[in-house]
Amino acid sequence: MNESLLRELVPAVIGVLVRRGADFATAEDAVQEALIEAVGAWPDDPPREPKAWLVTVAWRKFLDLARADAARRRREERIDEQRPAEPVAATDDTLQLYFLCAHPSLTPASAVALTLRAVGGLTTRQIAEAYLVPEATMAQRISRAKRTVATVRFDQPGDLATVLRVLYLVFNEGYSGDVDLAAEAIRLTRQLATRTMHEEAAGLLALMLLHHARRPARTGTDGRLIPLAEQDRGRWDTRLIAEGVDVLQAALARDRLGEYQVQAAIAALHADAATAAETDWVQIVEWYDELVALTDSPIVRLNRAVAVGEADGPQAGLAALADLDEALPRYPAAAAYLHERAGNAATAARLYAAAARAATNVPERDHLTRQAARLNTQLRG
Amino acid sequence: MAKYLLLKHYRGAPAAVNDVPMDQWTPEEVSAHLKYMDDFAKRLERDGEYVGGVALSPEGSFVRYDGEGRPPVTDGPFAETKDLIAGWMVIDVDSYERAVELAGELSAAPGAGGKPIHEWLELRPFLADHADTTE
Repeated sequence: MNESLLRELVPAVIGVLVRRGADFATAEDAVQEALIEAVGAWPDDPPREPKAWLVTVAWRKFLDLARADAARRRREERIDEQRPAEPVAATDDTLQLYFLCAHPSLTPASAVALTLRAVGGLTTRQIAEAYLVPEATMAQRISRAKRTVATVRFDQPGDLATVLRVLYLVFNEGYSGDVDLAAEAIRLTRQLATRTMHEEAAGLLALMLLHHARRPARTGTDGRLIPLAEQDRGRWDTRLIAEGVDVLQAALARDRLGEYQVQAAIAALHADAATAAETDWVQIVEWYDELVALTDSPIVRLNRAVAVGEADGPQAGLAALADLDEALPRYPAAAAYLHERAGNAATAARLYAAAARAATNVPERDHLTRQAARLNTQLRG
Repeated sequence: MAKYLLLKHYRGAPAAVNDVPMDQWTPEEVSAHLKYMDDFAKRLERDGEYVGGVALSPEGSFVRYDGEGRPPVTDGPFAETKDLIAGWMVIDVDSYERAVELAGELSAAPGAGGKPIHEWLELRPFLADHADTTE
């Protein structure tokens, strides 16, 4: 039983049902039930056309579900009248489903959950585990999301930027339980990039691949965070880096720059350096200038200040930082780093301790505490 | 088996014996402390006594309803004195004595100079949501 094949078929099958007149929520439930049946039946009797098999069984399940609900009787009659006899068509229902699941009427958390369930084909339990919430909570979140999009017309064009942001959120959630959300996000983004041929979908895919390539080196055996400059570059996945660079170059060649392509370009420059010292910081600053022009985000300006500190020295970095609001997330950490490089160990230690207090996750907090401890030990010694 | 909450405080508990802020330790002391905590939780998990644990940010706010149509009042993130919880661990153990034993062990986590912190941990029994029918 090929689980990834099943997952890939899910969105297309839901799409077929919805196009035939099923409402999204019931279609989605019907496909999940068909999957359960497939898991039981396929090992002994593998279908010649898995997708057609799933469509047939899911449609039957859908009719059962629709019939079971007496309040829906009128709609059931309508569906029976309209019941099409056509075979599975080649229209791209999967793409429509991406847009539906990332509909702007949904909160980001709901869009993420619905995307993983309907497009990704994950079970509610798997999604709940990945987000460390009880299964009942996640089930409610998903069914609320389904109700929200129930009235959305399936053939409306969607907003690609929203879809990309949802996939980006999935990627950032990382690894937990038996599903690696980063790998799942890559799979879904790869599928989206192939279907849309949009350069920002390719940019996001490249960005994910390049970040994913560094994952084995990013944490120590004890779960400790290892900063980019100290990572063992031999542990980076060169195959993923090569693929990321290829995808990015093809996107950049089309000359329609967007923020994901730029972020991927920065990640590619890091990936390209054999040692941290060989990093092309000058070019990275140039890409950050592009990113500031595209997004005008204060977080981007903060990252740019750190890059300026590497390219032109810590004083230049601190000057770039001086224009920014000290309340920005990670401001104290960036300031601490630049102050240490500028030789102000006492200020840096104080800022690292402040950054640790403001950290939003345990590995980052522990890392920053260690940095403060290291400098304070030096200052005493 | 009965469940207990082990509460660790940033502020509000009596001062620890070895009361040196963590950023004043050496990095090795920090690592030793974190490893101790981690090993402690892993061992409890292996022994079937671990339920869950969470670390909390020190940046908390008190919030209060301030009347119809008005935004809730907050005291801001930097109140001068209040009890601040650093995190908790929930354990499921055979007896109160066992819970005290484990809390004592956690309080002995190494701190500055590699010596135990002797910090105060709060131990709170869970109230059951139903009457006990077995006795």
